[in-house]
Amino acid sequence: MSVLTEWRAPAPEAAEEQNALYRAWADGRGIFSWFSVTTHQAIGKRYIVTAFVFLLLGGIEALLMRFQLARPDNTFLGPARYNQIFTMHGTTMMFLFAVPVMEGMGVYLVPLMLGTRNVAFPRLNAFGYWMYLAGGLLLYGAAFTGTMPSAGWFSYTPLSGPQYSAGKGVDVWAQMITFTEVSAMCVAVELIVTIFKLRAPGMTLNRIPMFCWSMLIQSFMVIFAMPAVMLASTVLLLNDRTIGTHFVNPAEGGDPLLYQHIFWFFGHPEVYIIFIPALGMVSAILEVHSRRGIFGYPAVVLSMVANGFIAFGLWVHHMFATGLPQIAEAYFTAASMMIGITSGVQIFCWIATLWTGRLRLTAAMYFIFGFIFIFVLGGMTGIMLASIPFDLQAHDTFFVVAHFHYVLIGGALFPLFGAFHHWFPKFTGRMINEKLGKATFWVLFVGFNLTFFPMHLLGLKGMTRRVYTYPAELGWGPANLLATIGAVTIAVGGILFIANVLRSLNAGARADSDPWEAGTLEWAADSPPERFNFAHLPVISNRYPLWAPREQQGIVVGMRNDRREVLVTSSMDAEPHHRLVLPRSSIWPFLTALGFAIGLVGSVFAFSWYFVSAALGMIGLIGWFWPHRPVEIRP
Amino acid sequence: MKARAGAPLLVSLLLTSGCAVSYQSGLDPAGTQAARITELWWFFIALLGSIFIIVMAMTVWPLFHRHRGINQEPLEQRHSPSAATERKLTRVVAAATGATILILLALIVLSVITGRATAGNQVTGNHLVVEVTGNQWWWAVRYMNDDPTRILVTANEIHVPVGRRILIRGMSQDVIHSFWIPNLQGKRDLIPSRITTEWFEADKPGRYRGQCAEFCGLQHAHMAMWVVAEPPAEFEAWMAHQLDRAPAPSDPVTQRGQEVFLGHACVLCHAIRGTPAAGQVGPDLTHLASRISIAAGTLPNTKGNLAGWIADPQTIKPGNHMATVPVDSEDMQPLLNYLESLK
Repeated sequence: MSVLTEWRAPAPEAAEEQNALYRAWADGRGIFSWFSVTTHQAIGKRYIVTAFVFLLLGGIEALLMRFQLARPDNTFLGPARYNQIFTMHGTTMMFLFAVPVMEGMGVYLVPLMLGTRNVAFPRLNAFGYWMYLAGGLLLYGAAFTGTMPSAGWFSYTPLSGPQYSAGKGVDVWAQMITFTEVSAMCVAVELIVTIFKLRAPGMTLNRIPMFCWSMLIQSFMVIFAMPAVMLASTVLLLNDRTIGTHFVNPAEGGDPLLYQHIFWFFGHPEVYIIFIPALGMVSAILEVHSRRGIFGYPAVVLSMVANGFIAFGLWVHHMFATGLPQIAEAYFTAASMMIGITSGVQIFCWIATLWTGRLRLTAAMYFIFGFIFIFVLGGMTGIMLASIPFDLQAHDTFFVVAHFHYVLIGGALFPLFGAFHHWFPKFTGRMINEKLGKATFWVLFVGFNLTFFPMHLLGLKGMTRRVYTYPAELGWGPANLLATIGAVTIAVGGILFIANVLRSLNAGARADSDPWEAGTLEWAADSPPERFNFAHLPVISNRYPLWAPREQQGIVVGMRNDRREVLVTSSMDAEPHHRLVLPRSSIWPFLTALGFAIGLVGSVFAFSWYFVSAALGMIGLIGWFWPHRPVEIRP
Repeated sequence: MKARAGAPLLVSLLLTSGCAVSYQSGLDPAGTQAARITELWWFFIALLGSIFIIVMAMTVWPLFHRHRGINQEPLEQRHSPSAATERKLTRVVAAATGATILILLALIVLSVITGRATAGNQVTGNHLVVEVTGNQWWWAVRYMNDDPTRILVTANEIHVPVGRRILIRGMSQDVIHSFWIPNLQGKRDLIPSRITTEWFEADKPGRYRGQCAEFCGLQHAHMAMWVVAEPPAEFEAWMAHQLDRAPAPSDPVTQRGQEVFLGHACVLCHAIRGTPAAGQVGPDLTHLASRISIAAGTLPNTKGNLAGWIADPQTIKPGNHMATVPVDSEDMQPLLNYLESLK
């Protein structure tokens, strides 16, 4: 191992100066401190664990749907319940699982990979997590007290309008989005600043690890996409429902297509917001387990950047059936197919990496191979769907259901599981069981294809989406039964995964700091990392600092250890600029989020609660920014 | 990896192609537009399927290539391929990218050409205009004609002559629906406050089923319709018959049935031309007995189903907007006889 030991955490009996680091970054004990935590490892883990709980809930909803559809004319769930459950499934997976779990991985890994000690705005980070949690609790709190939205995760008007969706379900849905999107924006802002300004000295733009690039691109997409959905759900839909505006009410001259445009202007980038971090994970895992740097680093990075841009020019392909002018539709066909080019470049580069590497077939790599299979297949159906005439047949059928589960489960969930197996030692300090991991992969892979492959054919054979039942005469029964069997298989895979995690947490082999002999900086920190990540901030001169000769590894000296200091570097060349003192832990982000949450939940019932939200949030922010003489600043 | 994925693929292919019917299927075209789209589909499958297989072969190749050093320990921590290898690979990746671009360009052109051919909005002069209005959860159908007396109102069933262009003018009464007859043409949304259009032309006589494709609420699953394509002469005969008023009751039982109908809440929603019943909320029932199904494709149109539907519509199609109208048991039989007489 040729890694500088100075990067690691000092032994507790080390010099007083080193021990000061522990004190400066300590969070204290007790429930009060638990709510005050602002370190990125803790917040990242909270994001990931919370998101996995929502994955479990969304998965249970998926199973319920599959049980209902297992045979024709089934009465397991009635139409009302079925519609609620598919709405909850989509909403949970998109807003409460997929985006937050990627944010969580970013929050945990990015500072480690960049060689710094925390994200640039630790309190904002904590605030973002509490907002996300509040949004999830709002949706499920309402669900368990009997109020569920049932207008789909997209909530098209006028079906979601006050006339056709009575009750508070859709209002809860709309306000839940506010929470999760505020949270996503917080993470996006802090990750962009972290990646631009807190990189280790020497980490020039072309040395940024692949996963950090993907989070940077994803964060910019979040900033441009999320305001659109808040405009659609809160300004247009919620105001129509609660204070009687008529933005999207056709009966009063509003335009339901306006809602669709704005929703999909968010909705399509949303998909890429989910899967671009996953692409970064794939590149990062591939590098380590094929023991070579990614082939075509600039090409892969630029492809992801291009993906990020093109993502904003595709939204109309969700609306081909609405009868927009043909010339506009042709443009969106071409734009949609361009994604095939940028994705193709990345896949070719990955294959080239595989070909010239020295493979180590770990469970993580199994998931990467599974990802390539599923994602490429989903990409092929995606190219078909970009074609308007074919889309008009397949649109809103099970063909589309199959397609987007191939690209989302294949494109995001498989890499995520791979990442989980890959970074598990870093997260927990223990190795995850490889055999069980590989078994998990096979069960998930077979179950996935069993569930979703038949849906392509069901769609072509005329089965529309979002139907709670279907007549036996149409002959869709066998394929649906097969899909249900597949869904149960996926559930078994999920149980295997949970069992493996729980078992490895307690009984897994101890992991040292770099069990995979990887190249990037997160593996220089301890497993699991101390709160300050690195005892001495690293200085690097190579894209893969841990693979570099020892004489090219350096440390930053002159940082104070008795306060939370990080080094700010220039955004292009990462040249040291100045030291920045990060704020200490604080309960105020939690209280601020609580204040906003109380008001926003109330606004589901009456507009005046927005004022409560503003007032309580303001009180929180005053506490948050209350000036006080920092005790750690001594002359 | 591939072998295991192949098994479900094969099984599902057998199952679905073996059992699914052909009267609601995008793969069994019965019209010129659907036929073009099906051709496009088979082309996609052939081309993109081959590319998929090639990419997969390339991906798993290193796994079967022993000297690539799978799981060999100990190994150098970092492997650096020679500059010559990297250059060669760069050329291969660039070529593959170039090929991708060319293929996608070709697909765009092909897609646009097919799109123009199937949009079919060239004016032909001899086309039939049918207005379809989506309602929660049934379809109102109106055949347009320059002569106002020959405008036909019906529901949930469209008859079309084979070989003549049909222009669907789509509208919605409430939420967004989507009109889709897979054997004939792709779908078109029916959007409140807008009029959307779609052209199709059936070239094989037959009965084709379609159902609403845009989620429209509680009973989205039970919003189906039938399109009957028939030779022009048969179509004209059907049209002439449908334009007639409902036949007057011919015997005392149907007479009584008509009284029951007119004396109950039925008339508030339904119209039967030739009687005072003129409700506009529900489907027109003038020639109810001539239709294939009732409750928008939910049940075959039999006397028994009709009885069940009238007695308890909320169990058959929970949440639909048909009220349960209490009809005395001795009145039920005459009512059914009357409705059955509306050929």
